[in-house]
Amino acid sequence: MDRAEKGAFITAVAFMGVFFALIVYAAKGLNIDVPTCITDVKPFTQGQVIQHAPDRYEIHYLAKMWYFEPANVEVPVGSTVDIYLTSADVIHGFQIDGTNVNLMAIPGTVAYARVKFDKPGVYHIVCHEYCGIGHQDMATKIIVKAGEQQ
Amino acid sequence: MRVEGSVKTVILGEIIFPIVLLIFGIYHGLMQVLYRAGVIKDMSFLGIEYYQGLTLHGVINVIVFTTMIIVAFGNAVFLYYLKKPLRPVVQWVSFLLMVVGTLMAAWAMFTGKANVLYTFYYPLIAHPAFYIGAALLLVGSVIPLFFDWIPNYIAWRKEHPGEKVPLAVFGMLVNHIMWVIMLVPVVIEVVFQLIPVSLGLIPETNPSLSRTLFWAFGHPVVYFWLLPAYVMLYTILPKIVTGEGKLYSDSAARFAFLLFVLFSFPVGLHHQYTEPGITNSYKLIHAFFTLGVAVPSIITAFTVAASLEYSIKSKYPEVRNSLFYWWTKIPYISLEGDKWLVSYFMAGLLLFLVGGITGIVNASYNLNLVVHNTSFVPGHFHTTVGGLVTLSFLGISLYMVSKLMGKDIKFKGLAVIAPWLWWQGMLIFEYAMSVAGIHGFPRRTNTGISYLNPDSPLYRPEWVGYAELTVFAGFIIVLGFIFWAISFFGTIFSPKVRESTIEFPTASALHDEKAPALNRLTPWFAVSVLLFVLSYIPAIYDVTKRGVFFDSPGYNDKSPVPITKPQSAKEDQRNTAEAK
Ligand SMILES: [Cu+2]
Ligand SMILES: [Cu+2]
Repeated sequence: MDRAEKGAFITAVAFMGVFFALIVYAAKGLNIDVPTCITDVKPFTQGQVIQHAPDRYEIHYLAKMWYFEPANVEVPVGSTVDIYLTSADVIHGFQIDGTNVNLMAIPGTVAYARVKFDKPGVYHIVCHEYCGIGHQDMATKIIVKAGEQQ
Repeated sequence: MRVEGSVKTVILGEIIFPIVLLIFGIYHGLMQVLYRAGVIKDMSFLGIEYYQGLTLHGVINVIVFTTMIIVAFGNAVFLYYLKKPLRPVVQWVSFLLMVVGTLMAAWAMFTGKANVLYTFYYPLIAHPAFYIGAALLLVGSVIPLFFDWIPNYIAWRKEHPGEKVPLAVFGMLVNHIMWVIMLVPVVIEVVFQLIPVSLGLIPETNPSLSRTLFWAFGHPVVYFWLLPAYVMLYTILPKIVTGEGKLYSDSAARFAFLLFVLFSFPVGLHHQYTEPGITNSYKLIHAFFTLGVAVPSIITAFTVAASLEYSIKSKYPEVRNSLFYWWTKIPYISLEGDKWLVSYFMAGLLLFLVGGITGIVNASYNLNLVVHNTSFVPGHFHTTVGGLVTLSFLGISLYMVSKLMGKDIKFKGLAVIAPWLWWQGMLIFEYAMSVAGIHGFPRRTNTGISYLNPDSPLYRPEWVGYAELTVFAGFIIVLGFIFWAISFFGTIFSPKVRESTIEFPTASALHDEKAPALNRLTPWFAVSVLLFVLSYIPAIYDVTKRGVFFDSPGYNDKSPVPITKPQSAKEDQRNTAEAK
């Protein structure tokens, strides 16, 4: 290895090292983490919205060929929502536009993410994993209503 | 050197057969952008459904085309550099298995019995012919390694004690051994999960496990496609760029290949960041190795650029002291001799620069939450597989065909323009897909009838402009392919003008060290396999024991009712799961 090569190698490793440090910081320091394996909630067969407090919600999303249950949920602005997601049949995707919630619905498992809606508006959710002939119509939304902030 | 008649036929077959299929693959690529933008607002066009066309596009372009061209290139490399004949029986068995397998899978796909996309995620299930065909293709592709390449390599080493094996042979050998290792998990998935379910032998299986096994193959496979392109960049490009160029460093090239050996395998979970059922710290470990596997590509970027610089500067003394100006002397568009090939490599490299950056974004763990399963991802891999890999494979196919058939390249002008059209189209495509992806535009979706349809309640006008841009890009890419195809088929059908030979322009190394540690493959592969197994034990434990509560029956893409009938069993398991 000559000097220029060593320089290139060290630069490459240093860049990747910095990227990795930033990833770990975002995950552990800022709590922007990817879904993990949860075992406290079992796969469910019905979607539902559970309100724990005026600004605390739990939504159980059941993805099915080719819709989400529940459809079109409304929550007040400022709400923190715990999202649990499973599938009744094949693999589906679940992304809430404008947030970091990006999950896969896999039958036999439950995916979990927490999201806080600070801005009012319509948050579109699309199924972004191919799930058969009706895939392109599989969408829902969360409507975050203004003016009800606690 | 001359090539035996029968082996020549096989190698030509391994090039021409997948390229005829590639025409369908590219056609369906164009259809994709038309459907997605809503130019075609329908579920199907000319009897082929959107998702069926997407399956064809994926399987043909990245499974059939890449695999067969890599085997053809590998055969030619081993033949030319080791100067040892290939065994016709081995070659024919390998080729026929690949052709029969491909035809079986193609039958299932063209008849709509396998609309499962090229990732074939369970619980969607295809006709058994799809899986069995794919398996035959893969089995056929490893036969030359075991019965031709390794025996010839061992014999060569005996005859040349202490010598380094030629770099191209080294690269292709490393690549194919990696291929055999990465096939293990997907073969387990297909043989023990998918084929039994699709034949109805078992009623259900574990979808999370099947995804994990799939991606243990699905990531390294991109390096299986990439490494032959790297072999060409190291050995051929520096030579043809000026006629007498050199590879900057032989050891750096070998070191890069060996880093791929180490880091290509413990990385598959970066395709599963957003999945439940796998503890996120295991995903973080795979994120670490994924950033590690970027290093050999950055080393390659350095070595290839340094080789270009050396080669250009030794021919053009007037740019010897310039830092940047030598870039202008590269024969980007030249009809002289073999220099037309330079356009394929340079256009590919410039696309790969973009692909590398977007790849690091994808790999970056929590950053993946922004882009996973959006159009950002196809944007990314159309500049890697659809960029450097495809362009170098198209270039080398044309080159090999002209040599093996003893013909001059016809329509060379079109052949030289083709990669630049392709490059321009892909850049526009990648821009539109990536930016739209950041705004949530999903991949693998017939958006033209829902999200991009003004009459639909799901209409999302913010995506329209990007989708229209991809249509424009699609036409440029296809035009590039047509230019290439005119030259390719023009060459094939032109009269023979010289003897059939096989030869590759080969750059010698400027810095050439002994470095024996880089030439002993066994220890590197031993560490690699160990790392592979260790990195997957926790994830496999999660998806089999901890995070997955029950297995699933198989589904057809047309109906929400399972096609295998384990309902009672499933209910029982659900009840026990709830009782726990
Ligand atoms: Cu879906
Ligand atoms: Cu879907």
